[in-house]
Amino acid sequence: MKRLHRFFQTPEAIAGALILALLVIMALAAPLLFPGDPQAIAGPALLSPFQHWSLPLGTDRLGRDVLAELFHGARTSLAVGLTAAAAALLVGAVVGTMAGFAGGLIDEVLMRITDAFQTVPSFLLALAFVSIVGPSLGVVIAAIALGAWTGPARVARAEVLSIRERDYVAGARVIGMHPLEIAFREVLPNALPPVLALSSVIVAAAILTEAALSFLGLGDPNRVTWGGMIAEGRTVLRTAPFLSIVPGIALVLTVLGVYLAGEGVVESTAVRRSLS
Amino acid sequence: MTVLAVSNLSKRYRRGGKPFAAVDDVSFEIGPAETLALAGPSGSGKSTIARLALRLLEPDAGRIQFEGADFLALSGAALRARRARLQMVFQDPLAAFNPRSIVARVLDDPLRIHGIASRSERPRRIAALLERVGLDAGLAARAIHEISGGQRQRVAIARAIATRPSLIVLDEAVSALDVSVRGQILELLLDLQRQERIAYLFISHDLGVIRAVAHRIVILDAGRVAESGDARTVIASPQSAIGKALVAATPRLNRIKTP
Ligand SMILES: Nc1ncnc2c1ncn2[C@@H]1O[C@H](COP(=O)(O)OP(=O)(O)OP(=O)(O)O)[C@@H](O)[C@H]1O
Ligand SMILES: [Mg+2]
Repeated sequence: MKRLHRFFQTPEAIAGALILALLVIMALAAPLLFPGDPQAIAGPALLSPFQHWSLPLGTDRLGRDVLAELFHGARTSLAVGLTAAAAALLVGAVVGTMAGFAGGLIDEVLMRITDAFQTVPSFLLALAFVSIVGPSLGVVIAAIALGAWTGPARVARAEVLSIRERDYVAGARVIGMHPLEIAFREVLPNALPPVLALSSVIVAAAILTEAALSFLGLGDPNRVTWGGMIAEGRTVLRTAPFLSIVPGIALVLTVLGVYLAGEGVVESTAVRRSLS
Repeated sequence: MTVLAVSNLSKRYRRGGKPFAAVDDVSFEIGPAETLALAGPSGSGKSTIARLALRLLEPDAGRIQFEGADFLALSGAALRARRARLQMVFQDPLAAFNPRSIVARVLDDPLRIHGIASRSERPRRIAALLERVGLDAGLAARAIHEISGGQRQRVAIARAIATRPSLIVLDEAVSALDVSVRGQILELLLDLQRQERIAYLFISHDLGVIRAVAHRIVILDAGRVAESGDARTVIASPQSAIGKALVAATPRLNRIKTP
């Protein structure tokens, strides 16, 4: 409770939390407010916003409801962003823990692999992966996670290197605990806080990468995405700029919200640390 | 019959590029239900010997016989199984436990790992262990940071005896405790030794404590054995220079000796 209270003390954190809450509500409410296929034709093509009460944000080139697309797009952005970030954090934490805890050759090999992934720009990696395997939601998530796990891996390794010298790790060895159990049950949970501090940046980057992939036509074709909407609107940018602007604003606000809320969490835990 | 026999043990580190011996050709034996004290100034290699004996560190040379078998020949699962018989209590009882754990988990781990009690049986075993070290069984549900330093060291002892070891290494195990608590913990250790016939490798810089609990003493100087023998005899009339210095640096001891 105290932590929650401290979190809500800065206006940035409140703004971030509000934006995220709105996004989650949009994502959850999408199938209720806009049942049926958001990609189905709902009215005349290229209807401007605020012209018709049942289509408040107008329609796109094919006559699809922009508001419905926006809500369903929130679902995709959130699902991809959160899942890809979770996968990246999980893989990174596991790889970093194994490297730091095992040391020696295992450390050497794992860190060379991490280096290799890190030298390739993560967007190119995602692009290449989706082009080869083919666009679907799972592939997009994997592609994004592929370029995002190296940061968490490095942070986890550094933390594990310091934790493994502590007495309680020696104590776990003395009672005969298996090295894998020591690594993942005793060491990893205590190495997590600095790794989790990366999550807001990773979620924000994942949402942007997903949008960029969709913009290039490499998103899941069966799902509405904000990146895809921007790409759609580009062809009629002069006559109907709102088609690109509306999802663009949604994207910027979402990334901003994730970032602000993440900063709020880091700040409130930092205060807690300095207090104790 | 010896529990632990260490012979010609050596461990070298590098300091500023130059190799130096933290432990240099050290030999000693510990019998059942015997307490052997390791004394010596800071940096003389006491903790390094403890870590070598526990296979937390690998020696550069020497042999370790534990319960009549070559302890250095063991590895993997065989070594982990053998560890049940050779336990340790650390100096800082807070650092010795996972900061996230609760008392029950700390005691549950050794029982589970060595298959000493079934899952349903373990809570009763844990309560019995807590009572054995003079703690209330209700403490089991507490987080490790929610109990006092003295209670924590009792939990550490309970963890060490959970697997019925023949030897416990105590590295400055009472140094961080208040004088009154220290007396109680020493009393508990002596009591356990009498009842369970546990041997102790007792590391301390406090000759007063050593004289009260140890049968024999090994005094180290810069990684080498300076002198060894019956604890009371050596402390009463040390032969080595380092032994004399250690005795001279323990004023309480001198005061007790005068009358
Ligand atoms: N990992 C290491 N790398 C390099 N040198 C080390 C390492 N561990 C210990 N040493 C050195 O080995 C020597 C012996 O250290 P050790 O910890 O065994 O001393 P000690 O007798 O336990 O001292 P204290 O009474 O202060 O605990 C010291 O000079 C120490 O600096
Ligand atoms: Mg020491």
